[in-house]
Amino acid sequence: MKSKSIKEKVMHIVFLAAAMVCIMAVVLICVFLLANGVPAMGKIGVFNFLLGKTWRPGQDIYGILPMILGSIYVTAGAIIIGVPIGIMTAVFMARYCPKKIYAPLKGAIDLLAGIPSVVYGFFGLVIIVPFVRDTFGGSGNSILTACVLLGFMILPTIIGVCESSLRAVPEEYYQNALALGATHERSIFKVVLPTAKSGVLTGVVLGIGRAIGETMAVIMIAGNQARMPKGLLKGVRTLTANIVMEMGYAADLHREALIATGVVLFVFILLINLCLAAIKKGVEQ
Amino acid sequence: MIKFELKDLEVFYGDFQALKGIDMKIPANEITAFIGPSGCGKTTFLKCLNRMNDLVEGCRVYGQVTLDGEDIYNDYDVNLLRKRVGMVFQKPLPFKMSIYDNIAFGPRTHGIRSKSALDEIVEQSLTQATLWDEVKDRLNMDALSFSGGQQQRICIARALAVRPEVLLMDEPTSALDPISTGKIEEVVMELKKKYSIVIVTHNMQQAVRISDKTAFFLLGEVIEFGDTEKLFSVPKDKRTEEYITGRFG
Amino acid sequence: MKNPINQSTFKRRMREYQKRPASFVMFILVMLCACVTVLSFVFLVGYLLYKGIPNISWDLFALNYNSENVSLLPSLINTVTITFLALSVSGPTGIFAAIYLVEYAKKGNKLVKLMDLTSETLSGIPSIVYGLFGMLFFVVALDWGFSVLAGACTLAIMVLPLIMRTTQEALRSVPAEFREGAFGLGADKVRVIFKIVLPPAVPGILSGVILAVGRIVGETASLIYTAGTVAEIPESLFSSGRTLAVHMYALFNEGLYIEKAYATGVVLLVIVCAMNLLSNYVAKKLTR
Repeated sequence: MKSKSIKEKVMHIVFLAAAMVCIMAVVLICVFLLANGVPAMGKIGVFNFLLGKTWRPGQDIYGILPMILGSIYVTAGAIIIGVPIGIMTAVFMARYCPKKIYAPLKGAIDLLAGIPSVVYGFFGLVIIVPFVRDTFGGSGNSILTACVLLGFMILPTIIGVCESSLRAVPEEYYQNALALGATHERSIFKVVLPTAKSGVLTGVVLGIGRAIGETMAVIMIAGNQARMPKGLLKGVRTLTANIVMEMGYAADLHREALIATGVVLFVFILLINLCLAAIKKGVEQ
Repeated sequence: MIKFELKDLEVFYGDFQALKGIDMKIPANEITAFIGPSGCGKTTFLKCLNRMNDLVEGCRVYGQVTLDGEDIYNDYDVNLLRKRVGMVFQKPLPFKMSIYDNIAFGPRTHGIRSKSALDEIVEQSLTQATLWDEVKDRLNMDALSFSGGQQQRICIARALAVRPEVLLMDEPTSALDPISTGKIEEVVMELKKKYSIVIVTHNMQQAVRISDKTAFFLLGEVIEFGDTEKLFSVPKDKRTEEYITGRFG
Repeated sequence: MKNPINQSTFKRRMREYQKRPASFVMFILVMLCACVTVLSFVFLVGYLLYKGIPNISWDLFALNYNSENVSLLPSLINTVTITFLALSVSGPTGIFAAIYLVEYAKKGNKLVKLMDLTSETLSGIPSIVYGLFGMLFFVVALDWGFSVLAGACTLAIMVLPLIMRTTQEALRSVPAEFREGAFGLGADKVRVIFKIVLPPAVPGILSGVILAVGRIVGETASLIYTAGTVAEIPESLFSSGRTLAVHMYALFNEGLYIEKAYATGVVLLVIVCAMNLLSNYVAKKLTR
């Protein structure tokens, strides 16, 4: 009996320890990022760092506003392209799709979600960049290119979440609307979709998270010029790209400034998580 | 006057035959009740009248259904049909929007946009559902925050707002308490003056209380159809008698 | 046999749409968007296969990398090593943590809420931030240098929430009666967990693990500054080595071997695809 209880206790502690590791991981990530990044912000000046329009490590000028704006523009563009297509496709999957083609379609979209971002980036490089260059001019490595590719990349996230929330709406809502003489479309878009609103919103926010955090695909196609974004067809550098581009050779303050860039990115993601939590809370009420 | 006329109506779900050759004439401006044990085809029959069966995969309907002499299956605009033939479901299910928008959903669907016209329809429909006085100050509240009985009356008002001619009710009180049930029955009795009503019910007392005609369904067939009073006092068929005296079902 | 009267024909449908142009527009939009999604998917995969398959040659699988063969075999081996290492860390940790949350922690426990919060936070963090952390912690603070081990540990943390969540779900889907029955027979808790609760949850857990493999295989950003980009089979866990995805990025960066990049892309795609199918297959077994 006694040996049993020891085994029980040991395993209990093991399980607890595993759970603690997860919390430790978050704590460690926060501590290391903040400890290495915040001092740099202090040295550069928070104001100069966040709102500075020039990024010239050679002269110790570190303003990441161009990158913040770059990330925001690119994400916004991706949302403008990805959200309508994603929601509509989710509606198709949940409400139009014949049973026969549902399984392969679902499989394809799952696969899209799993394709590595380098592969996406490479695809963007060989297809979208030349297309944009030939159609609109410029080098092709541009905000527009990044928006299109990212919009495409966030599709699986949006489709997946939206579809499952559409399917969670009781069938009776649809039938009630139909029984009032509404068409299939009106029932879906005026009754079913609004009922699934919070799920759709969650999907969009997750999409934003994915777009803002995307690194490799953006680097490969966005041009990465560290200057204020000037137009749709001009190159742009995002926060994520900034880190990867220069981390390889950065030292001292430059390096710390890059880590501080990571901190800013981290804060963005935390804000997005807060949004998600708020949406969840809104649903429960 | 005859509202619906059905000839040799047969319905299959896959291989299962849910209705077996039914002929029936449903009168206008009366309440027709369908009774019978569950699974006997009452709801299937009801759903043939506004073609909600079209939604069920693998469902096949044979025969002929006419509304005021017009064949509703042959080249009839289904959305128009559902405007003329409204439906109230078993489970009250207002949409996730304000009461006002719930009621106005139907009229808006059918092209009514002007605010004053909508206001009038909303008030009228809610009054018909005896709900106006209870909710007139709360029209912008979420319809889901009301009680079950009120929600069902919202649904009735919503169905009435498209100005239908017929109202189909699929066990509209089975999810409600006795007081709410009484309210709904009052509403139904009142509506009879203007609408033809077909109501499916599990509750035989309810059929006796409110209906003019009653049809007794058993295993996909109509065993007996006639004046409610007669059907319950002197049933012609032995099975009807057994059912209404509670010996099976 | 006569025809059913409730069959809606295309013609009838179109006539109904004619009177309701708004609905028709929405209908067209839905179809259009679905087509865009499907076509772009087909185009992406098709183009990659079309360009990549002719470039796959035995050279690509040579044991040593040099600028002539641009072999991807070392990266492939690194990918396997890193995947294995990362999973051997995050697999047990994630599964045990999930067991603690589902089987031990009481409902409404503060720890559970904290864990939910942390796993949510972890799963939202972009991979480059993991990369930064891995660099600061494993590479610099622990002084492992750019190494396979540092890369694997970084990835382990990255896939931890994924494994934890799928395990939690799988454990929760085991009916409570299983546990109650076993406890009723006087079995102790650890036994019940390992003998009764875990076995039916295995397919769910496994499908989560396989998804994690897919993520690890496709990961680039967090590896560049943790595992580094050396294109050789590492001598030890403390030497640098690039995975397949990093290899593809490096090929792009060098700009010399676009054909080889296509081929690498195909190999990556095949692996990810296989992982997805496998995960689906395993998960389906659970529902049956």
